[in-house]
Order: sequence, then C-alpha cells, then structure tokens
Amino acid sequence: MRMTTIRLDGVGHSYGERVVLRDVDLTLTETRIGLVGANGSGKSTLARMINGLVLPTAGRVVVDGLDTREQGARIRRRVGFVFTDPDAQIVMPTVAEDVAFSLRRSGLNAREKRERVMAALDRFGLAGHADHPAHLLSGGQKQLLALTSVLVTEPQVLVCDEPTTLLDARNARSVARLLAGLEQQVIVVTHHLDLLAGFDRVVVLEDGLVVADGPVSESLAAYRALLD
Amino acid sequence: MLLGLYVPGNSPLHRRRAGTKLAVLGVLLGVMGVFRTAEVVTGGFVALTALTLLSGVGLRTMLAQLRPLLWFAVFVGAFQIWLSGPRQAALAVGFLLVSVGLAALVTLTTRTQELLDCMVSGLRPLRRLGVDPERAALTMSLTIRSIPVLLELSQDVQQARRARGAERSLRAFAVPLLIRTVRHADRVGEALAARGVDDP
Amino acid sequence: MRRTPLATHDLALVAVFAALVAVLGAPGYISVSGLSAPITLQTLGVMLTGSVLGARRAPLAVLTFLALVAAGLPLLAGGRGGLSMFTGPTGGFLVGWLVGAAVIGWLVEHRPSRFGLGWVALANLVGGIAVVYAFGVPWMSWAATDLSLSAAWAASIVYLPGDLIKVAVTTVIAGGLLRGYPTAMPVQHRVRRDRDSVAG
Ligand SMILES: Nc1ncnc2c1ncn2[C@@H]1O[C@H](COP(=O)(O)OP(=O)(O)O)[C@@H](O)[C@H]1O
Ligand SMILES: [Mg+2]
Repeated sequence: MRMTTIRLDGVGHSYGERVVLRDVDLTLTETRIGLVGANGSGKSTLARMINGLVLPTAGRVVVDGLDTREQGARIRRRVGFVFTDPDAQIVMPTVAEDVAFSLRRSGLNAREKRERVMAALDRFGLAGHADHPAHLLSGGQKQLLALTSVLVTEPQVLVCDEPTTLLDARNARSVARLLAGLEQQVIVVTHHLDLLAGFDRVVVLEDGLVVADGPVSESLAAYRALLD
Repeated sequence: MLLGLYVPGNSPLHRRRAGTKLAVLGVLLGVMGVFRTAEVVTGGFVALTALTLLSGVGLRTMLAQLRPLLWFAVFVGAFQIWLSGPRQAALAVGFLLVSVGLAALVTLTTRTQELLDCMVSGLRPLRRLGVDPERAALTMSLTIRSIPVLLELSQDVQQARRARGAERSLRAFAVPLLIRTVRHADRVGEALAARGVDDP
Repeated sequence: MRRTPLATHDLALVAVFAALVAVLGAPGYISVSGLSAPITLQTLGVMLTGSVLGARRAPLAVLTFLALVAAGLPLLAGGRGGLSMFTGPTGGFLVGWLVGAAVIGWLVEHRPSRFGLGWVALANLVGGIAVVYAFGVPWMSWAATDLSLSAAWAASIVYLPGDLIKVAVTTVIAGGLLRGYPTAMPVQHRVRRDRDSVAG
C-alpha cells in the first residue's frame, strides 16, 4: 500500500489562553509511528489534527496534499480514528449494525453491505457476535469492534489515541497484534511502550513541544530520560 | 438491543403494517373521544375484547397493560358515581380502559423497530422544513446504544458515592453523573465527527 | 470539547440526554427518604435536560425519549411504555415534559446577568412544574370523561411535593455542573445557536 504523507507545518494550538502545542514541524511517511509523552503534553490534540477533528490555531496540517482546514471530509475518508473508549465510539445498538453504519454511504446494496460487514467481523474474530448487543461485549471485544468499524472502510491511515489504555494486558496484546498485522499506515498514541516494538519512528512530546523524534530506541531513551 | 413490549405472534393483527394499525387506532380513538356515548364506548369495549382474543397475546398480557390504570379508574369511578351516577361512571371507566387497551394492542403486536421505522418515514414529508429523517433515526439508535452505557456509568457513580459514605445524598449522585454524562456526550460527538457523520 | 462545536456534538448530547432520562427511570434511584408521594427521577431528568441542553436541543432529547417509549420500549418509570402511555390519562404529562423542557431551556438561556441560580430554580418551576401540569391536568380531566379540573388536580397533586424537591435538586446540580464543567451550561453557549442541524 502506498504510504500517505502527513505534513505539519509550524503547527500550534491553544485553547483560549492556554497554549497546548507549539512549533510542530513534522513530515510523517513511515508505516508505523508512535507518539508518546506525559499526560497533558498535547498528544491527543496532535493526533486529532491529522484527521481535522481539531484544526490548528497556527500553521497547517496537510494530508496527501489536502489541507485539513479545507478538505476535512475527504481527509476523514482516508484517515480512520480509534479512540480510547470504545463505548463512546460504538454508536449503534448491535455489533453488525455498528460496522454497517460505516458503510452507509458506500453505495453498496444491502446484500453487499452485509457481506462486507460479515467479512470484516470474521477477520477480527467477532463473527459470532454479529447480532449481539454491543454492550454485552467485553472491553477488549468492544475495542476490536471499534477497530473493525473503522477498518471496514479501508482507510489509508489509522490514528489510534491510547487504544489499549482501558484494556487488561491480554486484550491490550491482542489489539497490539492486530495493529501490527495491518497493511495501513498506523499512528499510535500510547503509554504502553511495548506496543511500539517494531515501529519505524517515535515522536516524543513534552509540554506541547516535540522534544525527540527518531527510531524507537533513541526516542524512548530520550523519553525515559525525561521521566527521571 | 433493549427488549420492547412486543409479543411475538402471527395473528392477523401482527401481520398488518404498523402504519395501518396506527391509522386505525387514530380513527377509533378519535371517534370515541368525540362521541363518548354509551353505544360507542360499549362498541369499543367489544372491539377491544375481540381484537385481544384475535391477536393471541393473551388476556393476562392485556390486563397487565391495564393494571397501572387501576387506582385511577377506581378514583374516577367513585367520583363519577358520587357526581353523576353509575351510568356515567361506567362510561368514564370504560372509555379509559378502551383507549388505553387499544393503543396497548398496537404496541403488543408491532415490533419496536417497525414502529421506529414507521415514525422515521412519517418524518419524510417534513424534510422541507429542515427535518432530517436519517439524523432522527441515528439519534434514536444512538439513544438505545447509550442507555446501557449510562446505566453502567450511574452504577459506577453510585459505588463511588457509597465508598465515600455519602450514600443518601442525591447530590453526591447526580452531580458526578451529570458531569460524566456530558463528558461522555462530548466523546460520542467527537467519534461521530471522526466517522464522517457531518461530512457531505 | 476539543474543537468548535459541530452538529455531531449536538446530536450526541440529544441522544445521550434522552438516554439519561431513560436511565433515571430505572429502579433503584429513588432514595429521597421521608416522602410518601411516589417519586421517580424521570422528571428530574427532564429538568436537567432543559437546564443543560437549552431551548432547541432539550425538547429534541425529550422527543427522542418519548418516541422510543411510543415505539414500545419500557423506559418509563416502573418499566412501562408503549402507545398507551400517550392515550391514557397521564399522556398530557408526557407532552408537558416536551414543552416544559423547551421552556426551561429557553429561560435558562435567557438568564439576565444579575440573576444566579435562583433563575435556574425559577425556570424549572415554570417549565418543569407549571407547564407540565398545564398539559397534564386538563388532559387527565378530558381523558377521564369530564372529570372536573379540580378533581384532576386532586389526582395529580400528590406529585407536587416531589416535583418541588426535584426543582431544588436540579438547581443545586446545575450549580455543581457550572463549577465542575462550565462549558456544559447553555448560558455559556449562546454563540452556538446559529448552528442549525440537529436530528429531526
Ligand atoms: N477542549 C479543551 N479545552 C481546554 N483545554 C483542553 C481541551 N482539551 C485539552 N485541553 C488541554 O490541552 C492540554 C493537552 O491535552 P491533550 O492533547 O489531551 O494531551 P494528552 O493527550 O497528551 O494528555 C492539556 O493540558 C489539556 O488539559
Ligand atoms: Mg490524550
């Protein structure tokens, strides 16, 4: 799969008086990119800029030549987003309905849609739950459902904001494995550093600034140095 | 999904379309409401009994639907006997039972989803007034989805309240519940936007 | 919220508050002691919805809740639901909730700056009690076949003490929300009213 180029040019963001991101210049082209930093360092804000959920108050974010400020809708079709809490992300009462919701504008007919939905559920091990109410799934299964509903649209990029924070170790590992197996470009915000094994690049944020950016081992060494 | 009051079956009532049943219900209740004579109410009562038997939902199910009316029917009956005699009392109580019973019969013989779909298609003509039937349908689904989430959330809040020893305080329950509810809605709104709901 | 509020955010608030009204009707939350009148927290849900969501979104939330009830989901306190809730003697109160939520929302949005939480209390007295009873009581008198208005009042008055308590509680909670989550209150959100696409 061709990788998407995500460019942040002199990006800054403030909520009112409060500056939460400053002077961020990044060009993201690698297949696996991690984003780490302390609570409140601006990771979520930065992640949400990639699909235009948050617009920068300074500078600009360009995804494959499209500015998030002007082309948000087109960008969101290419960039899927997985949130920390699947309960907020699953919007339909049953499992299959939630996946089908993502295909509402696909132009597929009902049968094709059902086939796509079932294939996606099958791929992520949820086929047996297709018509179950979403609230009866376990936490791990809910996060898998959230992922399935995003991936069924075949986005080019997947941004995940702490996708394993609410999960136990076993479920966190299965989400990690799933992410590792994707052919998409994946950008993950996380505190679970083992999720970053095999990644191409890790960006470290501190107080709204990029303080380290490079291969996993170097960036994480810099990150650990910050902790002490 | 939440369980509705629908009683599965294959009676002629079950097989009619939701829109038809609603229209008939509307006409019957309209006529009864306007001409509240002994004949009309008696006719309504006969119809209710016959349709209940025909529907196969069972008399017990119907009585369970009428039960919440009990104290009010007794109150109205006693009041009317005292004020205008037994005939008027029977008429008033009969009207109450029939208007509640017929409506209950539609609910018992029509799937929740079918009634919801029917409401959504009823909104279609209002499109030019700016009503968006698809959004209405999404809102209803999202509400159904949110009920178990909020239920869990409120159980969490109650446990926290117990842990702090503020068990009886409604405020120690409601303030955090409301804050978490609003926060949850914020996240849901964000997720909807990420899933392209606002995008053309 | 993280970004300029969009229509999805409104849609989420509408659905989540509709779910809140449903959850407050679930058993187990009635812990206001020392009151003989039957109390459900569902009217509290309506008052909170009006106070937090404002004039446009609050009635949409109540409407969504009522649509699910009408479609047969047993979401009213005591596990009741279905169309008969609307054709029965207390149907007017449900319509009153809808209008009341809008009135509360409008009043809270138009709070003159020299008033504080007292205004929220007033809004809820007017919208959450006066309006609700103004629909509920005449409807009851009509549904019970010329039950005199005063008799219908007598049948409804048992709920009044509970409703007054709920106004007080809503006011306190609104205060808590203002402190704990200031951006949630509609008073701060006036600029938002130009956005015009919510669920039908
Ligand atoms: N909607 C908002 N309004 C005001 N401040 C916010 C908002 N969202 C986030 N912040 C603040 O911005 C800073 C960065 O937040 P965030 O990007 O969520 O950081 P992280 O994900 O690294 O924890 C934090 O100090 C947070 O409190
Ligand atoms: Mg974060």
